[in-house]
Amino acid sequence: MLSMKDFGTPAANTWCPGCGNFAILMTVKQALVGLGLRREEVVAVTGIGCHGKFTDYINVNGIHTIHGRVLPAATAVKLANHDLTVIGFAGDGDAFNIGLGHLAHAARRNVDMTYVIHDNLIYGLTTGQTSPTSKKGFVTKTSPRGSFETGVNPLTQALTGDASFVARTFAGEPQHMTEVLKKAIGHTGFALVDVLQPCVTFNRVNTYQFYKERVYKLEDEGHDAGDFDAAYHKALEWGDRIPIGVFYREQRPPYHTSFPALKDGPLVGQPLKPDVEKLLDELR
Amino acid sequence: MKCSGLLDDTVSIIIGGEAGQGISRSGMLLGKALMRAGFHCFGEIDYPSLIRGGHNFYRVRASSREVHSPTPHTDLLVALNEETVSIHLDSVNEGGGIIVDEKGFDPGETGRDDVAFYPVPMTEIVKELEGPEIMRNTVALGAVAALIGLSLDTLKEGVAETFEGRPRIVETNVEALQRGWEHVSEHDYGFQCTVEPGTRPDRIWLTGNEAVALGALAAGCRFYSAYPMTPASPVLHYMFAHDAESGVAVVQTESEISAILMAVGASYSGVRSMTSTSGGGFCLMTEGLSLAAMTETPLVVMLAQRPGPSTGLATYSGQGDLLFAVYGAHGEFQRVVLAPGDVDQCFHMTAEAFNLAERFQIPVIVLTDKNVVESHKTTEPFDASRVEIDRGKLVTEWSGDDEYGRYRITEDGVSPRATPGTLNALVLANSNEHVERGFSTSDSELTRMMVDKRFRKTPRIREAVEALEPIRVYGAEDPDITLVGWGSTKGPALEAIGMLENEGVKARYVQVAVVEPFPDGLPQYLKGKTILVENNRASPLGTLIKLNTGYGFEHVALRYDGRAFTPHEIRDRVLEVA
Repeated sequence: MLSMKDFGTPAANTWCPGCGNFAILMTVKQALVGLGLRREEVVAVTGIGCHGKFTDYINVNGIHTIHGRVLPAATAVKLANHDLTVIGFAGDGDAFNIGLGHLAHAARRNVDMTYVIHDNLIYGLTTGQTSPTSKKGFVTKTSPRGSFETGVNPLTQALTGDASFVARTFAGEPQHMTEVLKKAIGHTGFALVDVLQPCVTFNRVNTYQFYKERVYKLEDEGHDAGDFDAAYHKALEWGDRIPIGVFYREQRPPYHTSFPALKDGPLVGQPLKPDVEKLLDELR
Repeated sequence: MKCSGLLDDTVSIIIGGEAGQGISRSGMLLGKALMRAGFHCFGEIDYPSLIRGGHNFYRVRASSREVHSPTPHTDLLVALNEETVSIHLDSVNEGGGIIVDEKGFDPGETGRDDVAFYPVPMTEIVKELEGPEIMRNTVALGAVAALIGLSLDTLKEGVAETFEGRPRIVETNVEALQRGWEHVSEHDYGFQCTVEPGTRPDRIWLTGNEAVALGALAAGCRFYSAYPMTPASPVLHYMFAHDAESGVAVVQTESEISAILMAVGASYSGVRSMTSTSGGGFCLMTEGLSLAAMTETPLVVMLAQRPGPSTGLATYSGQGDLLFAVYGAHGEFQRVVLAPGDVDQCFHMTAEAFNLAERFQIPVIVLTDKNVVESHKTTEPFDASRVEIDRGKLVTEWSGDDEYGRYRITEDGVSPRATPGTLNALVLANSNEHVERGFSTSDSELTRMMVDKRFRKTPRIREAVEALEPIRVYGAEDPDITLVGWGSTKGPALEAIGMLENEGVKARYVQVAVVEPFPDGLPQYLKGKTILVENNRASPLGTLIKLNTGYGFEHVALRYDGRAFTPHEIRDRVLEVA
C-alpha cells in the first residue's frame, strides 16, 4: 500500500501560499491512496496554466500538453492503454475558453477518465485576466468596467454534453473533495469534477470566505444523482447558496469498449505485424 | 497482350458527367478490369467540391508498358451528359469515339466529323431493367468493353466484387453491362482503338491514399485519428473499413487539433500512431507538431496538399505547402519530411516514417498531394516482408535500479523511451523545457543541455535519411536536360522523358524524395540545362535547393491551376529550353 509521500515529487512547488491547488494536489493523492492505485498505472494529463504544474508535483506518469488540449490527449492515452487510470487536469481557461470545443466530445464519447477543473474564475498564470467562468460584472485587467459576458457554467456544459458523471467540490472542504474525487476516479466513464479553487492572488471576490458562506452539500439535502432534471436544476443554482457534491451519475458503456481493435486487450500490448496480404488481395 | 491507341501504345478513356452519376466508381472499375486484362493503368479523377451537378471526369490510361500519368489526348470519351461532350471534344483524337446516351443528344452540332459518335440507349436500358438512373454508367462500361475489345467477364467480376453481398444489385448491373455490350456488338463500328487482353497479372490497382494506409498498417500503425479533409479523407475511410482485421483503433475527431493531440497521446502511450490532413488542417496541427517535438513523442503526419491559400481549390492538387511542411510550427526542432511521388513510394515511405519517428522520437511528415493520393495506379503487389519495424529505444521494462528519466541525456540525443504502465518507470512527457526526469525547468544551463541533447540527433537523422535514397534519378545517364522536381510531378515527367527520347532529346528527372533534412549531393545530378518542375507559383523547392546548395535554376516549369502537368507540356517546355 502506497502512502501520500509516495505520490510526491522533489520538484519545488511554485504555487502561491494558500492557493486552492494545494488542496487539489493533496486530495488527489489521498484519493489515489484510498483507491489503492499504483503510481505506474495512473496517467495525469495537464494543460497550460497554474494547474499545469500538477504533472511536476504528482508522482505518477504524466503528459503536460498545450493550452486547452487535455481531453484529446487523455482520450488517446486511454484508447492506447485502457488498463491505465487517466486523470485530466485543466484550469477554467484551459477547459472552458480554448478547450471548450473538446468537452462535449469527450463527454458524449464517454471516455473513461476523470476531468478535474481547477476553477478559480480568473486567469492566474497570465496575471489576472477575465476567465470564461468569471461572473458578470467581475473586474479584471481585461474587464475594467466589469465583465459583460455571462460566465460559462461548467456543470450545465457537462450535463448537456452528456457526461456520465458530474460533480463539484470546494478546495476549502478537503474531506469532501477526496470523497468526490474517489467517486469520480472510480466511475467508469467520463467524470467531470469542477473544483471551486480560490485564487488568493488575483481573485478578491470568490475567496475561501465567499464559498464558506455559501456552499452546501447535495448529499445533505437528499439529492438524487440519477435524476437528470434535478441535476440540471441544481447546476443552475449560484447565489446565496452554492451546491457541491455529485450532481449526476449514470452507467453507460465507456468509449474504449466499442473499438474492435481493443477486444483482445490494450492496444499497446498488441503484436505489430499485421497480415497485409488480405488487404492487398482486395486491390488485385 | 497489346494496346493500340490512336496516337501511341496507350489507350486513353474519359468517363464524364455530373457529380452523383457514379463517375469515380466507373473509372475505378474500368481501370481494374484493364489491369486484370494484363495492362498497366493510371487513373485520375477530376471533380469540383460539390455533391450533385458540376462536371466530374475520370481519365483512365492503359498500356502494355507502365504508365505514369494521364495524357491530354482522348481515344474514347464516355459522355453521361451533353456537357461532357462540349468540354472534352477538343481532346478527342482524330478517329476517336464518343459514347453518348441515345436519349437527348444530337451529335450533329459538334463540328468534328473526324470523331465517331456511338449512341447507346443507356436511359432506356436502365428503365427496362428497372434500375436507378446512376446505373447508366454500367451500361456505358459494357459499351466501352465492346468497342475496344475488353472481355466483359472481367468487368462483370469487378461489378460483383463492388456490390458484394447485394445480389439483386449485382444482377441488374451485370445485366446492364451485358446490354451495353450487346448494343455496340450489334454494329461493326471498326473502332481503331483496341486492346488485346492477355493473362491476368499479379498486380494491384490503388490510390496513393490506399498505399499510405497500407504502408501505415504494414508498419504496425495501431492508432489513427483524423478529421475529414479532402484529399486525405480516404485514408480515414480505409482505416475504418479495415480496423477490425488490422487491429487499428480509428477515431474521427472533432478537429485537426484533436486529431494530432490524440496521435501524440497514443504515441506517448507506446502505440504507433498517425494522422492525416491537408493544408488547412495542418495549420491547426502545428501547435501539436511542436508539442510532439518538445515531448520527443514519435509522430507520423500525412499532409496531402491541395491549392491554397485558404480553402483554395478544395478538390484539386498543388505543391504550395513545401516550406510550410519543412518549417511550420514554432520553436526549433528536428523533423523529417518525406515526399513520395507514386503509389509504391507512398507505401514504403509511410512505413519507413514510423521507424524514423520512433528511432529519433521526432515528428515525421509524409508530404503528398491530391494528384498522388487520389489517382489510381497499377503496380506490383507491395512486398510487406520488406517493411522492417525498428522501434528505436523503446523499452518495455525498467529494473528500477536507477530512476527512469524520460529525457535522459545520451550521447546520440535519443533517450530510452518507456511507456506508461511500465513497472518501476514513471514516464513524464513535458511541453515545458524540462530536466531528465521530465520536471519543468527554466534553468539556463539545463535548458542548453536539453536543447543540445535534442539537436545531437541531427547527424544520425541525416544518416538515416541518406539511406533512403533521398535523391532519385530517372532517365538518361548523360542528359542534355535535367528536370528537377518532387512528389507527383514524377509521373508526367517520366512520361515526358520517354517522349523526348523518341525525339532524340536525352533528358532525366531528378526526384527530391526527402526534403527535410535536405539531402546531400544534389548538384552532382544536375547535368546539361536544368528545369525546375513544380505544381506551384513560387517554386519552393527551388528556394530549398538554393538555400541548401546555392544552386539557382535558370528555367522553371510551373503549373498552379490545380491540375497535374501533362507529359506534353513538360516535353514542350524542355524543347523550348533545349
